[in-house]
Amino acid sequence: MIKFSDKQLKIPQMQRPVFLVTGGMSKFGRAVPEKRTEELVIDAFVEAAEFIDKSSAELKEYIHSCYYGHFADHFGDQLLGEALIHDRLGLDPLGNVGIKTGGATGGSTLWEAFKAVASGYSDCVLAMGWERMDEVPTDEGNNYIASAADKDWETPLGHIYTGYYAVMAQKYWQVFGKEEESFRRTMAEIAVKNRGYARMNPHAQGPMKITVEDVMNSPVVAYPLRALDCCLMSVGAACAILCDEKTAYELTDNPLMIHVAAGSHTLRVADRRNMEIPLLPNESPDQYKDLGDRFPGGDRYPGFTGFLAARMAAYYCYRMAGVVDPTEDLDLVELHDAFTISDIQTYEDIGIRPYGEGRTYVESGDCYHTNPHTGKPGKLPSNLCGGLLGCMHAVGATGIMQTVEIGQHIWGRWAEMHEDQSKWDRFGRTKPADWTNLQVEGANRGLAISHAGVGSHVTATILVHPDHQLERN
Amino acid sequence: MSTAERGKVRVEKGRYRLDGKFHYGYPNDPIWNEDGKLMGVTNPRDVTHVHMYGGEAPFFEGLGKGKLLGTCCDNPDCEADGSIFIPFRIHCPDCLGKNTIVDMTDTARKGATVHTFMTTERTGAFNTLPKPIRFVNVEFEGVPTILMGYLSVGKPEIGMKVVPIFNTASPTYTILDLSWVPDGTNESEIPEGFTF
Repeated sequence: MIKFSDKQLKIPQMQRPVFLVTGGMSKFGRAVPEKRTEELVIDAFVEAAEFIDKSSAELKEYIHSCYYGHFADHFGDQLLGEALIHDRLGLDPLGNVGIKTGGATGGSTLWEAFKAVASGYSDCVLAMGWERMDEVPTDEGNNYIASAADKDWETPLGHIYTGYYAVMAQKYWQVFGKEEESFRRTMAEIAVKNRGYARMNPHAQGPMKITVEDVMNSPVVAYPLRALDCCLMSVGAACAILCDEKTAYELTDNPLMIHVAAGSHTLRVADRRNMEIPLLPNESPDQYKDLGDRFPGGDRYPGFTGFLAARMAAYYCYRMAGVVDPTEDLDLVELHDAFTISDIQTYEDIGIRPYGEGRTYVESGDCYHTNPHTGKPGKLPSNLCGGLLGCMHAVGATGIMQTVEIGQHIWGRWAEMHEDQSKWDRFGRTKPADWTNLQVEGANRGLAISHAGVGSHVTATILVHPDHQLERN
Repeated sequence: MSTAERGKVRVEKGRYRLDGKFHYGYPNDPIWNEDGKLMGVTNPRDVTHVHMYGGEAPFFEGLGKGKLLGTCCDNPDCEADGSIFIPFRIHCPDCLGKNTIVDMTDTARKGATVHTFMTTERTGAFNTLPKPIRFVNVEFEGVPTILMGYLSVGKPEIGMKVVPIFNTASPTYTILDLSWVPDGTNESEIPEGFTF
């Protein structure tokens, strides 16, 4: 049994509030042969500057330090790529550092940027993330990703990271999904929803108008996961500018408060020992006493079915932002839907639903922009950008892209950034005739989860409109 | 680069002794688009990395001898005192004391069950396992951790009793020297070179 000390469970207390001022992103694609990585990074930066009516040169004058998220040097065949990007952005002589935490790299980059402002080190920072996954064949890409598992104990086993995750999916499927056809359909519904939302996003690489049957008939990757249950492999960049309050209001009249927290767990799932479930503010100590009775095999926590890192990121971040019940207190979320089943697992880890009941978030229609059962707005829409299934997973950029997307909803500027025909044309993409505005009306608070592999690192980022802060609990 | 040319390493008096080729470069090729415009170049090369097992070496050497080794924290002041770790951990994750090596072979033969599994036809580059790959995550009685490996015979199921087999004939000294088969499997069914 693992126990945590009070010191380890201390809720972070920042020295001063931090604000998201702007953000931007490039086009995302499976391959972008016409552009070097620095061109994509500059595309993202220029979009961020234009979003607040600044030139790139004007915005750069405010930046004091830089945080660069780039998961895999191997993919780009360029060590210290961060230095190259920093140079191409013309940001010398500012201090900069590279951050890599697997799939959570984007979120971790925001975490570092957030702390730099909160501590007083910098008043304005750049968080930029990217990935270039198109310069090796897919099977070599899979080997590189598998190299992020334990190279002696896991990587030689098939050199396929999806497999290391699929054993967790299998356990959740059998214990909490009870191998029910209805659960399998709920998984498929997530793929249909997110790929469908991607159709409204000109940046998105994997838009698809598909049905549950299409997902359930797609090729098996590792049962119960099928091809359309799995996320994309991508190229692209995203960035965010974080500031202290004074600088934020110099740059814009509408900055958003940002909170970021992180959790971790063993790199190998094999090493996970039992522990009591750390409780979120909307859970009670007795809540899970009968979990093993209701779901035989589900009493081992976190075992192969829960992500402790996600639970701990939410544990810290909810209390930093005053969130008690995410479904009530938040207006939208962007979750790390690397696989449809891990999306369901995350609903439980971050308290949208109790452990064992994640599927009801989808089945209730709460996760939709418009609830398909009621025709009314979904209670907590998720992954309106298309998520990792439909938009992209350019690893170092993903967590930043999610956060920028949430910001655009809270700023009420989602349609402006997704509807413009010139952007669709510039990206060489066809805007669908049934393009729909997915702006969440009245959005004031949102959450992004950035997650690494089988759960070694997870970050939670909460954006809050300053006029709609919650009391810290 | 031929197998004979490929780099070999020995350690003598605490230093690496390298023989043969550890890297080999090839001429690059241009990449053109359909309009004859230069888009980039290929960068072909072979590289052999050198990797030390350190304190885990007994585990990987043990597999070739038909032994499954774990470790145990025996620090009486540590909360993990008595905990057995398999995967083998050199140091206790709680007190960071040096763990004691324990032979888990008999425990694995008597009481190993499949905690979870997956089957896939997909692999990454450099895979050497036959497809479909059947991963099994194996739990042992009294052990808090769950070891990942691969099943060589049969169809995996949660709760299935399995026993270890070892590549003792020509060990690779990697985790691939350990595999699992359903309890009751005949010797004639297991892969060539492996023994119970």
